[in-house]
Amino acid sequence: MEFIELSSIHKTYHIGDIAVPVLKGVSMTIARGELVALMGVSGSGKSTLMNLLGCLDHPSSGEYWLDGQEVSQLSGDQRAMLRNKKLGFVFQNFNLLPRTSAIENVSMPLTYTAAHLSERQMRRRAEEVLGRMGLADRMDHEPSQLSGGQQQRVAIARALVNNPPLLFADEPTGNLDSHTSQEVLAMFQELNQRDGITIILVTHDANVASWAGRTIHIHDGLIVDGSFGGTVGQSDAAARAAGAAATVTPTLPAGDDK
Amino acid sequence: MKGYRTVRTALKALLRNPLRAMLTTLGIVIGVGSVIAMMEIGEGASTAMAKSFASMGANVLMVMPGTAASGGISFGGGSMTTLTPDDCAAVGKQCPAVFLVAPTVRTRTQIVYGSRNWVPSSMYGTTPSYLGIRDWTISEGECFTDRDVQTGSQVCVLGQTIVRELFDGLSPIGKEIRVKNVSMRVVGVLGPKGSNMMGMDQDDIVLAPWTTIKYRVSGSTLQSTNQSASGSSSSSSVNTLSNVYPSDATCMYPAQSAVQQANNPMPVRFANIDQIQASARSATEISAAIKEMTAVLRDRHHLRQGDPDDFNIHDMTEMATAFSENTNTMTNLLLAVAMISLVVGGVGIMNIMLVSVTERTREIGLRMSVGARSRDILRQFLVEAVVLCLVGGAIGILLGQVVSYLVWRLKHWPVETSPTAMTAAVIVSAAVGIMFGFYPAWKASRLDPIEALRYE
Repeated sequence: MEFIELSSIHKTYHIGDIAVPVLKGVSMTIARGELVALMGVSGSGKSTLMNLLGCLDHPSSGEYWLDGQEVSQLSGDQRAMLRNKKLGFVFQNFNLLPRTSAIENVSMPLTYTAAHLSERQMRRRAEEVLGRMGLADRMDHEPSQLSGGQQQRVAIARALVNNPPLLFADEPTGNLDSHTSQEVLAMFQELNQRDGITIILVTHDANVASWAGRTIHIHDGLIVDGSFGGTVGQSDAAARAAGAAATVTPTLPAGDDK
Repeated sequence: MKGYRTVRTALKALLRNPLRAMLTTLGIVIGVGSVIAMMEIGEGASTAMAKSFASMGANVLMVMPGTAASGGISFGGGSMTTLTPDDCAAVGKQCPAVFLVAPTVRTRTQIVYGSRNWVPSSMYGTTPSYLGIRDWTISEGECFTDRDVQTGSQVCVLGQTIVRELFDGLSPIGKEIRVKNVSMRVVGVLGPKGSNMMGMDQDDIVLAPWTTIKYRVSGSTLQSTNQSASGSSSSSSVNTLSNVYPSDATCMYPAQSAVQQANNPMPVRFANIDQIQASARSATEISAAIKEMTAVLRDRHHLRQGDPDDFNIHDMTEMATAFSENTNTMTNLLLAVAMISLVVGGVGIMNIMLVSVTERTREIGLRMSVGARSRDILRQFLVEAVVLCLVGGAIGILLGQVVSYLVWRLKHWPVETSPTAMTAAVIVSAAVGIMFGFYPAWKASRLDPIEALRYE
């Protein structure tokens, strides 16, 4: 069983009486420790897939196995717990709480499920993660006092504070200049290689996707390329991390569920 | 999420926009402030009323002798003489809820000083305790003493009206007045009391030791203790018209035969009194006092179980309820107005909380994406509304206190701090917070995280 395994995932939105199929049978696997880019033009179903993968939504049909658990039928609260424990999100527009210090932004997720921690423990954990992001001297700054790159690093720290094994980054460089983008992407790569965190980068930018070990292309609700590990040239790091998993990838056809 | 963390998060969220939080809670501040001010002024008013009411004799209990009945015909209250001075003393000793007790003997007769004469509307023989019961003061001189009562001294105390009528406002102390050819020395003048609720002049009064009135003025022991009878008979001696209209000429009922009299023996007593007046220790102890007095008197009169009382105890319940109803109505009216302003304040809170939910949609989406369950979101916004209301309530209590202090200071209205009102204000403002904060919080918790995150 892979870390992430989707099989014939369908997602149909209902707008009034009209059914709009967005995902038309997606099957894919992602191994633990991979750095994967999810690419597609807007309207391709990229965001929907990302929401499903991020347990923000549940599919209309199909199975989603995450870390050995079937999560497609979980209730809203169960998904919330899962997001808190296993997933981290980084957004294009950072989504930091305004007028709230960096350290409080980072420790915010802890207040929901890590209530057993004392104030001091929470703070120490947030400090540690911020330190890893190189923001040890910016802990008490508010978002408005931070540059875009710093804000995104605070956001990454917030995503990592619960030590999740899986990190989603939705256009993480969309609001950053090219230099800062490189920094942030390098940081993702470091997290992936050093800490073995599985990272899924959602982007429409081929330059960003080039940092990933594998790129999954989605078009019109179907994966056209890269749905299984090893089909696309991997970076050395990802290859190492994905390890043997990539070699035993089943050979299901990409569009088996038409 | 732990409780205090939720509260802290709520406070932080509110402090991100302090001006708006302040304006939002202004409605609650004014609402609670007016409730507190109303309650304090209302309480002060009712306390002041209770005090003035007590001076009118709110706690006074009157024991009247029972009714005599013959062959199924009742002669009305007071037609039997069943009360004795010993009853009065026993009530004073054995009833803890009774504060003061005084026997009264009433008569109505002419008083003369020099060339002037006057018939006071009330002429009571009593003891010095009577003044305490009626909360009456002596404005000049002093009251007669218990020793005067024992010896039946010829002394009396006059009301203001008598002083005006007989003495033309000059000091009557030490002067002698004549009451039915009994000379009495004036030892004191009562303070002014004005007319009572029925419009009767209460200052038109002469007080004297009950022994003096009983034995020297009415001059009767048993026969004419019935006050109405004694009143008419005693006045008949000065009223020259009584020969023209003889009051006791017509007898409605046949005189009792010797056998009938033997069947209904009148107890022979050396002294009877017309009434016992007593005062309860407080308005709340009136009913206890009535119970105790009933028990004592029944025991003393050897009444068996099932026998009707041979006396009646009256209190001023009617007056008391009328008064408390008045103040209650006023306080309730003011409270209702204040409550409306609280509701308006609550609507303001709901309004701003709805705006706040819309404005912070992305924050809600973010919190959901990092693992907040919908009940966490619900609680966060609910707590925010409640905190807002409670802070508003606290400021409102202060404001209300300031207002009532100013009213006391500038207008000299009586005010009284009311802990009940404060507790109520806190509870009500929390309730308003929950009531009006629930809908926005529920709306926030129903948001779809994907939509919320995408919200611009």
